[in-house]
Parts: sequence; structure tokens; C-alpha cells
Amino acid sequence: MTALAITRMNDLFAVVMLSGIYSLLSAGFFLDLDAVDVAFTEASVGAGISTLLMLATLKMVKRYEGKTRYKPMLALGVVGATTLLLIYGTLDMPHFGSADAPIHQHVAPRYINDSMDEVGVPNIVTSILASYRGYDTLGETLVIFTAGIGVMSLLRVSRETKDQQQKRVPADMQQQIILRIVAKMMLPLILLFALYVQFHGDYGPGGGFQAGVIFAAGIILYTMLFGLSTARLVFKSSLLQKLTAVGVLLYAGVGVVCMLLGGNFLDYNVLRHDPVHGQHLGILLVELGVGITVATVMITLFFKFTWRTVKHKYIDQ
Amino acid sequence: MNIIGLYNYWIVVVLMGIGFFIVIAHENLIKKLIGLSIFQTAVFFLYISMGKVVGGTAPILDDKWQLYSNPLPHVLILTAIVVGIATTAVGLALVIRIQEAYGSIEEHEIQMQNAQDQMECQLEAYGFRKNNAFSVKSLDE
Repeated sequence: MTALAITRMNDLFAVVMLSGIYSLLSAGFFLDLDAVDVAFTEASVGAGISTLLMLATLKMVKRYEGKTRYKPMLALGVVGATTLLLIYGTLDMPHFGSADAPIHQHVAPRYINDSMDEVGVPNIVTSILASYRGYDTLGETLVIFTAGIGVMSLLRVSRETKDQQQKRVPADMQQQIILRIVAKMMLPLILLFALYVQFHGDYGPGGGFQAGVIFAAGIILYTMLFGLSTARLVFKSSLLQKLTAVGVLLYAGVGVVCMLLGGNFLDYNVLRHDPVHGQHLGILLVELGVGITVATVMITLFFKFTWRTVKHKYIDQ
Repeated sequence: MNIIGLYNYWIVVVLMGIGFFIVIAHENLIKKLIGLSIFQTAVFFLYISMGKVVGGTAPILDDKWQLYSNPLPHVLILTAIVVGIATTAVGLALVIRIQEAYGSIEEHEIQMQNAQDQMECQLEAYGFRKNNAFSVKSLDE
């Protein structure tokens, strides 16, 4: 299996490529297990963004892994023992795919049977994500926001680097005419698709998380082909930083508005006279907040990593 | 009792073992991060495979279908994937900073440099200078 190959190789480039393939395969797995939304996310995040970030890091470190000093037998022993214990632990778990497993008895029936009347959104995943478990999602959006801030402060860009970049406007891929023209045609479609995923998340697989990542992927493609300084004309870093916060604030703001209107925090029923309409509006706004934060954080991550490679290439040599 | 029906857990456990092994047996920090993300995917598989119902379909309501897979794990894992990439990015940023500070991302080289630095600091605290660290005069003081 791919995962095994990853352990054996010491060419890190090949390892990163393999981990991209591994992600794509797991997206296929998820699809097979009926988790369409998850498959969607894994395909765009795992196979797209994470591979890119790993490659950007690889550009700055050594490509080959050093020799391991320790004998791996001890590690192998520990892992083997853990694995055996875990397998022993699975023996009284419910069978794969059985409908009477405990997991299907608790809250899931309510979500499946009543979410149409209570929330009025056909995609149950969206209604749980944005409405029933809105607190969780707010927390996770905050985590992404925090991670974005963390990377921003770890990889600060100095003015020196920016000036250096300005002088070297042509991107590395300037010569790839075919790629550039194809990308120019694809870009509007990618962005449009991202918007479709964003606003159609109520009815089909999709939503803020996937849309944000797809949107960011479109921008990243553009940046790779036309250079950082061109992309920065559209996405100034101050704008990106503000938008990152705006997404989270929009989410939390919807919750506060609900409170002001007399409901609970993130209880969308009070937003309109008809609870179901209120739910629709609330979910739309909240997903928009998630989408904005995810997209801007992903773009920021990529920009910061690329700035670092620029710095290593031109300043430190 | 038929134990073949538990095969999904075994796949998860094996993947988890591989990820765990990479994390503890390899010294390269990027390799460790990849190991962590394999471990993470193993957990994702665990959740998603528990939510599957045989004969069920994707949880998007439609009149044609009666049986749906459990949507709750999907929600949890969907957000976990995006959070996972965000945390991995923080990890990679740290790796870049470590590379800049130490010139290496192999664990033992970093530890060696740390030990060396510590020794030099202690020597300096006792009044040694780097150049004459072993001169007799400073030892007497």
C-alpha cells in the first residue's frame, strides 16, 4: 500500500507525491462509504493544498532524509504491541455496516427524520454542520483562524524580501505558455465552481469548507503561473488579514444577532418570522463566514510559504 | 461469531500503526509530519466507516431513498480535515524556522547542537572563554 511505501523511501520528494496519491485514494474510500462531503474536502485539501505546502517546505530543506541512527526494532515492537492490543479491542465492536450499531441509535435518527421539518435543508450534513452543531463549527473556524495567525507570525515577511521580489517580476513559470493560457481559461471556471459549491451546499455536497479550499486553489494556481507580485495586486496582505477576521466575525455576529432577537446563540429560528426561512438565512450566512475564513487562510498560508522560498532564493545567497 | 465483519477496524488499526511507526522511528521532521497525517487519516477512516450502513446512501434527503448512512461522523470529519491541514501548515512553518535556526531538520543533529550550546553556556557561566576554555589559570579562579 501507499502508506507502506512512504515509510520505506528516503527521497522526501517522492514521499510527498505519494502522500498526495494516498489522499486521493482516501477520498475515493470516503466516497465509497457514502461520505460525499468528506470525500470532496479530502480531495481538495489532501491532494491539493497539503501537497503544495509540503513541496514549498521541501524547497527550503534537504531533499533526502538522513540515515536513522537507532535500530527500528524497538519502535517496531512498540507499534506491534499497540496494534495487537487495538485489534483485540475491536473484537466486541459492532460489525461493519450493521444498521443496529449503537452509533446509529442515539441522535442520528433525529437528524435524519426531522431535519427536513426543522431546518428544511436536504443535505443533512450541512444542516448538522451549520445548525445543530453550529458551536462546533464556530470553534473549528476559530482554530483555522488561529492557525493562520500562527503561520503569519512564524513566517513574517521582511520589507527587504518584498523589495527584492518587486525587481524580479517574471514568475518562474513565465515561459510555460500553454500552461498559462489553459490556466487563464480554467480560472474563472474554478472560481465559479467554488461559488456554486458555496451556495449550493444546502442541496448537494458542498459548503463553506470545500468552497473555501477550491477558491484558494484557484488563486494559488494563478499565483504559481503569474508570480507572487501579480497576485498581490489583487490580494493585498492587509486585505487578506482583514478578510480572515471578517469570516469569523460574520459567523459569531450571526450568533449575536440571534441573541439580540431573543433566541439562543446561533439559534437561527428567530432571524425570520418563519423558523425554516430563518434557518436558511442563518446557514447561508454562517457558511459564507466559514468560506471566507477558510479561503483567505489557505491563500495566506500559500503566500507566506512562497515568500519564504523567495527569501531563501534571493536574500540568503 | 463471524469476525470477518470487523475488517474495517483492522485496516484502521494497521494504518494507525504505520503512522505511529513513522512518527517514532524516523528522525526527519517532515517525515514525522507525514506520519502524523497518516495517523490522522486512520482516525478519519474509523469514524466514517462506523457511520456506514449497508444499503444506505449518502445523507442527502430525497424521496427515492429510505435508508441513509449516519451523517454525524461526516460532519465531524469534514471539519477535522480542514483543521488538520491548518495545523499541519503550522507544523511545516515550525520546520522551516528550525531549518533556518539549525540548518538541519534531523532530530539528532538538532539535539547535538542543543547539547553543544548548553555546554558552552555552562562553561561561560563558570568564567571560561571559548578560546581558552581549558587553560589552567581560569580553572583556579
